[in-house]
Parts: sequence; structure tokens; C-alpha cells
Amino acid sequence: MTIIELKNVDYQMGKRTILNNLSFGIKNGDFLTLIGPSGAGKSTILKLIANLISPSSGTIFYHGSDIQKLDPIKYRRQVMYCFQQPVLFGKTVKDNLPFPYQIRNKEVDLDRLDSLLKIVDSPAEFLNKEINSLSGGEKQRVALIRSIVFLPKVLLLDEVTTGLDGKSKEIVHRLIESVHRQGTTIVQVTHDQSEIQVAKNVLEIKSRGLVNEKCNG
Amino acid sequence: MKNVTVSNLSLVLAFALVLVSIAISAKEKLGLTKDILISVIRAIMELVIIGFVLKFIFHIDTLWLTAFSTLIIIFNASWNANERNPDSHKKLWSSIIAEAVGTYVTLSLLIVSGVIKPIPMQVIPITGMIAGNEMVTIGLCYKALNESFHDLRQQVLEKLALGSDIKMASMPIIRRSIKTAMQPTIDSAKTVGLVNLPGMMSGLIFAGVNPIYAIKYQIIITFMLLSATGLGAVISGYLAYKQYFNEQMQLRD
Repeated sequence: MTIIELKNVDYQMGKRTILNNLSFGIKNGDFLTLIGPSGAGKSTILKLIANLISPSSGTIFYHGSDIQKLDPIKYRRQVMYCFQQPVLFGKTVKDNLPFPYQIRNKEVDLDRLDSLLKIVDSPAEFLNKEINSLSGGEKQRVALIRSIVFLPKVLLLDEVTTGLDGKSKEIVHRLIESVHRQGTTIVQVTHDQSEIQVAKNVLEIKSRGLVNEKCNG
Repeated sequence: MKNVTVSNLSLVLAFALVLVSIAISAKEKLGLTKDILISVIRAIMELVIIGFVLKFIFHIDTLWLTAFSTLIIIFNASWNANERNPDSHKKLWSSIIAEAVGTYVTLSLLIVSGVIKPIPMQVIPITGMIAGNEMVTIGLCYKALNESFHDLRQQVLEKLALGSDIKMASMPIIRRSIKTAMQPTIDSAKTVGLVNLPGMMSGLIFAGVNPIYAIKYQIIITFMLLSATGLGAVISGYLAYKQYFNEQMQLRD
């Protein structure tokens, strides 16, 4: 079953055409990897799917409904976008992880946070760590946990492992795998050859959104 | 009132003060001579006109004309505050609501508490004082909002991506902007009397009023400005932040 479908999507930034007549679908539970040269519009595709920007023309469907007609807040809580260089809020890790609970007016579930921190090999004391003292890998882990505290239906990952060392990459991969195993559809953008080689479904985005589907599995 | 009478000859001689700034502009090659002359001519013309208008309104002394005058003051202040908003999606009604609520709430409290009488001679100058200070505050709030949405853009996008509504995503920006807008009034309240003798107090002392009575009025004016600028900043901040988002709750470019 298709969970996300892009139909004849154009995206223009000023006079520059970023995407031209792009169409493709993503199956429910899929792990799709988008590759292609810089400037081909890969990040733009993720932002369009996350409804952080709107297409100049064309339609994006979620479970068959035009996302522009859905409640943007409810939609984004199901289709979560993760930035390449995340910005953390406040002073400590604790200021970030409760945010998903605060916006839903829910009590913070410390057991849930603890179980997520265990997946990324971080002790409970990690919550008190100051943001300024975190490495790039640790920041990305906090940002990812913040996005999956409430398991999304679709997780959009925009080069989240770029610039991370081997160990941090491994931890982030472990976290993403655990989310995928629980049924979340994953769409990732990457330039990392090791990630591309193990990816089962790869969609190559060429200039201005022409697509070329590859299947490694 | 003898102390505050200014003869026409004194007025003409005081023009020499303008010549000082013109001389500075000419000597330092600042190119401001034309601007200084235009501003002086405009100020003289506007003040002469407003002098006659106020004389007429004070003479007629009717409630509807007084109320109409306050509306004109509020609209002008709103228009100028809106002009200071760098956001291209700005809305004039945000400034009008902020100005009107801040001014009329403060004015009503002053009248109800018996500080001023509902007569044009008192209501119109006080309205001008409130609306003018609010205009500066609202303009500052708009500028701070614009700068903060630029500086903290990534943080707002992160929060939206996490499923936050636009209010929660903008809350640190709104708070920062209201604080920035109110700060000059609070700072000024801290130094009243020690550094500067404000216009209202100076005017009363000039007119021969006992300084103790003048101080009482100044204390009320300080309270009044804190209330009005607080209301103006809060209302304009909470109305204007919404213009940074479109109907899809996306942050505009």
C-alpha cells in the first residue's frame, strides 16, 4: 500500500526550477534511500513531504489525501523530518526530550525516554548534559530521539549521518533500524557510500527531479 | 502663566539655535542642511496648525469631538508604528488594535480613578503621550520580531517539524521581542528625576506649579506609560508573529 505519493510536483525558488514534474510513490513500511548530485532537489523533496514547504504545482498524497488539505500539525506529528544539522533548544538535553510531550500536553514518560537512551548507549545522566558540551554525534542522537519519542508513521532523514564518526554513525543506524522494525516508513537522503551499498530501495534524483529507480535487494 | 509666555521676538531669536545645527552640517560637510530646513519648516507648520485645531476643540468642548480627536491620534500612531515593521506581510490592523486597546484601557483607568477629567484639555494631550510612547514600543517590538525570526529561523523550523503549533514554535521569539520593546520604558522609569525631568513635569514646573504636585503627576505618567507600553508590546507581539507563517503553518521565506 502506498503511504506517500508525489504527483507531477514542481518546485520553484524564485525563477529557479528545483523540481520539474516529479512523480513517485513510497510504500508503507518501506526504507527508501534518495541519492543524487548536490542541488538535485533531494532535501527539497523531504521538506515538501514534511509539508514544511509547498509545491509550486502538483500534489502530494498521504494515504490518498492531499496533504495541503490535512491539519498541518497532526500531519507533521505522523510524518517527521530530521535536519542534517539539528538545532537543540535550551541549555541541557532535558530541555529537548520533553518537548514532544509539551506540545501534546502530555506528562513526560521517563521510562520511554530511558528505553530510547539505552538504544543509543546513553545513561540516564545524559539528560543533564549541557548542549554546548555535546559532540555532533550526540546532538544528532538527541534530535533523533526527540523525533521518535512518539513513533511517527514516516521518518524523513536529511543526511543525518553526514560528518559523524564511525561509532556515532553506527549508533544512529541502530536507532533508525529499531524505528523501522516497529513499522515506520523511512526515507533518507544520503551521500554516504556505505549506506547506499546496503540500501535495498534506492531512488536516484537527477537534475531537476528526474528519477531513476534502483533495487539492490 | 506669566512664566510660560513666549514673545514673537524671542521665538525669532531662538531660530539662531537652528542656525547652529545648519553651521555644523555645512562645516562638517554632512549634507543635512536641506533636511534640517525642511524639518524645521514642517515642525513650525504642523505645530501652528495643531495649535489652532486644539484651540478650536478646547473651545467647542464636546465629547464626540474629543473622542474623534483620540481616534485620529491613535490611527496616526498605528500608521507610523506599522511603517516601522520590516515584515513584508505586515497588517495595519495589528497596530491599530494594539494602539487602541493600550491607549483606551490606560485612559479609562486614569479617568475612572479621577486622575484626569474627561475634558479635551486633559484627554487629548494625555492620549498623545500614551499613543506616542506606544508607537515607539510597537515599532521596537516589530523590529525585534523580524530580527529574531531571522536569527532563530532554524529553531522555529525544527519545532514545526516536530509537530508544534506556530505559537509554541515562536514563543521564545515573542517573549524576547516583548522584553526588548518594553525595556526602554522600564529603563527610563528607573532614571526619572535622577537623570531627566520629563516633559509633563517640566511643563508644570514651568507653569509655576509646586514641584511636589508636578512630581505626583509624573509618578502617574510613569505608571501610565508602563501600562500602555506593556499592553501595546504584548498585543502587537502576539498579533504580528502570525504574519511570519502562511495558512499551511509554514515559516515564510
